[in-house]
Amino acid sequence: MANLFDWVNERAPNLAPTFRKHMTEYYAPKNFNLWYYFGSLAILVLVNQIVTGIFLTMNYKTSALEAFNSVEYIMRDVEWGWLIRYMHSTGASLFFVVVFLHMFRGIMYGSFKRPRELVWILGMLIFLVLMAEAFMGYVLPWGNMSFWGAKVIISLFGTIPYIGPGLVEWIMGDFLPADATLNRFFALHVIALPLVLLLLVVLHLAALHEVGSNNPDGVDVKHGPKGNRWDASKPLDAIPFHPYYTVKDLVGVGFFLLIAAFIIFFAPTFGGWFLEHDNFTPANNLVTPTHIKPSWYFTPFYAILRMIPSFFGTAIWGVIGMFGSILMLALLPWLDRGEVRSVRFRGMGYRIALAVLVISFLSLGAVGAGVTAELIPEWFPGADATTLENAFGRIMTLAYFGFFIFIWVYTHFGLEKTKPVPERVTMHD
Amino acid sequence: MANEVVDHGRRRFLTVTTAVVGGVGVVAAVVPFIKSWEPSARAKAAGAPVTVDISAIDAGQKVTFAWRSLPVFVVNRTKDQLAQLKGLEPRLLDPQSSNTEQQPKYATNETRSIKPEWLVVIGLCTHLGCVPDFVPDIKPEPFDANWKGGFYCPCHKSRYDLSGRVFSGVPAPKNLPVPPYHFVDDTHIQIGVDPKEAG
Repeated sequence: MANLFDWVNERAPNLAPTFRKHMTEYYAPKNFNLWYYFGSLAILVLVNQIVTGIFLTMNYKTSALEAFNSVEYIMRDVEWGWLIRYMHSTGASLFFVVVFLHMFRGIMYGSFKRPRELVWILGMLIFLVLMAEAFMGYVLPWGNMSFWGAKVIISLFGTIPYIGPGLVEWIMGDFLPADATLNRFFALHVIALPLVLLLLVVLHLAALHEVGSNNPDGVDVKHGPKGNRWDASKPLDAIPFHPYYTVKDLVGVGFFLLIAAFIIFFAPTFGGWFLEHDNFTPANNLVTPTHIKPSWYFTPFYAILRMIPSFFGTAIWGVIGMFGSILMLALLPWLDRGEVRSVRFRGMGYRIALAVLVISFLSLGAVGAGVTAELIPEWFPGADATTLENAFGRIMTLAYFGFFIFIWVYTHFGLEKTKPVPERVTMHD
Repeated sequence: MANEVVDHGRRRFLTVTTAVVGGVGVVAAVVPFIKSWEPSARAKAAGAPVTVDISAIDAGQKVTFAWRSLPVFVVNRTKDQLAQLKGLEPRLLDPQSSNTEQQPKYATNETRSIKPEWLVVIGLCTHLGCVPDFVPDIKPEPFDANWKGGFYCPCHKSRYDLSGRVFSGVPAPKNLPVPPYHFVDDTHIQIGVDPKEAG
């Protein structure tokens, strides 16, 4: 064994140091809290999606005629097929749960700020690819919601002036979502986008390890005092990833798998939130489901699309608003000019704005998922439900975009009164 | 090499020409991959005109036919329903069908049709392409207390009247499109061919 190691080492002397630099001896701040579980959990889910996905392709049939039945075949006849599919479908939803929490952590503790802008941008690209990946995966079972979801999302491109209608036909390869659409989405879902996703994840981690992790105090441990128990040249307030954070993350993995297993075994559809009821009927191009709503993780963005009415004979404004809501997040490092990273030492205005962002995001999710459409007639009988819902949704859309405008004004004009940031992390010794 | 003087101008010229020729090659090689996503010959052939029998559609009824796998609504409007159209105009976005892309010339009229009672429209919401529901009865509806009959899109709540004209203040920006069609005889229409082309 030692001989084999020497043999490799002689021929690739940089391999072992690289592994140590990025994995075992990656020095991370020692004050990580619960919010720092979600990065490693995202990798866990990614591995789950790849492994279960590979096994699903072994029985899935890529054809508009056979796709729906092949999924039912996996569920009913393939040994353990139901488990593999539910692991994949539950994994998709949990992927977004951990990614949303991971992103919120980054906003809350200012992890997107200098010098980690590149980490944040790569993360946003991962988020975009993940959304495309999830959308195309959702189309593959070719249920009625798959079909109509595909129709609506592809039609978004039709709102682009002049090239729109031709672009829509080009994406679908037909005049409606059809066999050609299903086949190309399959190709993109199982190979093209996963390759891009993996590359981006590697770059995201490489960029992170270049600048080092942020922490709940937003203190720069790399520029603090040097010398810890293991290495005199490394930051005093940092600990090696292994064994400290491998063990910590294992606890997170244990909890996460417990929750995931509960969903997979007892509530795989999660009350219509993870797998929608309308998707248990085959695709039908002449019958629209009564309520078209996207998967829950798209609902906040979808609500923005729905709430912005058309002007000047085009519906493109809602589409711009929807993509703009994601662009705003990507631009955060340049909108937020504040020097202080962590919410712990930031001004009251920032804390309130962050709360508004969370509330507006969740409220838009409720609007997009049709929760408000159900509740408003119950709570306000006799009122005009559509008007009330539009008013609520539009206020929440303004609140969401308002966060980004406020943050820029607040920090650019020096209105923020921050607390003093400590020299070292607050929980040393 | 005896010649030790580097001719930078020549080197730059060679670099640029190599890059340009290589770039043209890459662009040319990409074209087939992009074009492979266009509707195939088979998909286009499936988009041929269809002739449908409308004799069984009673007054007030709607039947959906497939043309290019698009749902085409054929509605036999009653006198009552036609009488409501004029009064709705203030509430509509484009009551006079001014947007010429949404219907052929021969359907640019009050009823947006060749024969007043027969409405032929592509049943896809101009917002994001859902199939609107046919709600023909003239009575208050949860989504509109003043409903005079028409189409209601379940996806994003766009509303159209019984001529497929869109209401103001809904997400959809345009009237429902009228496909090219003509009457072969009193009980048959062909969808996909203009009256002129049919001769």
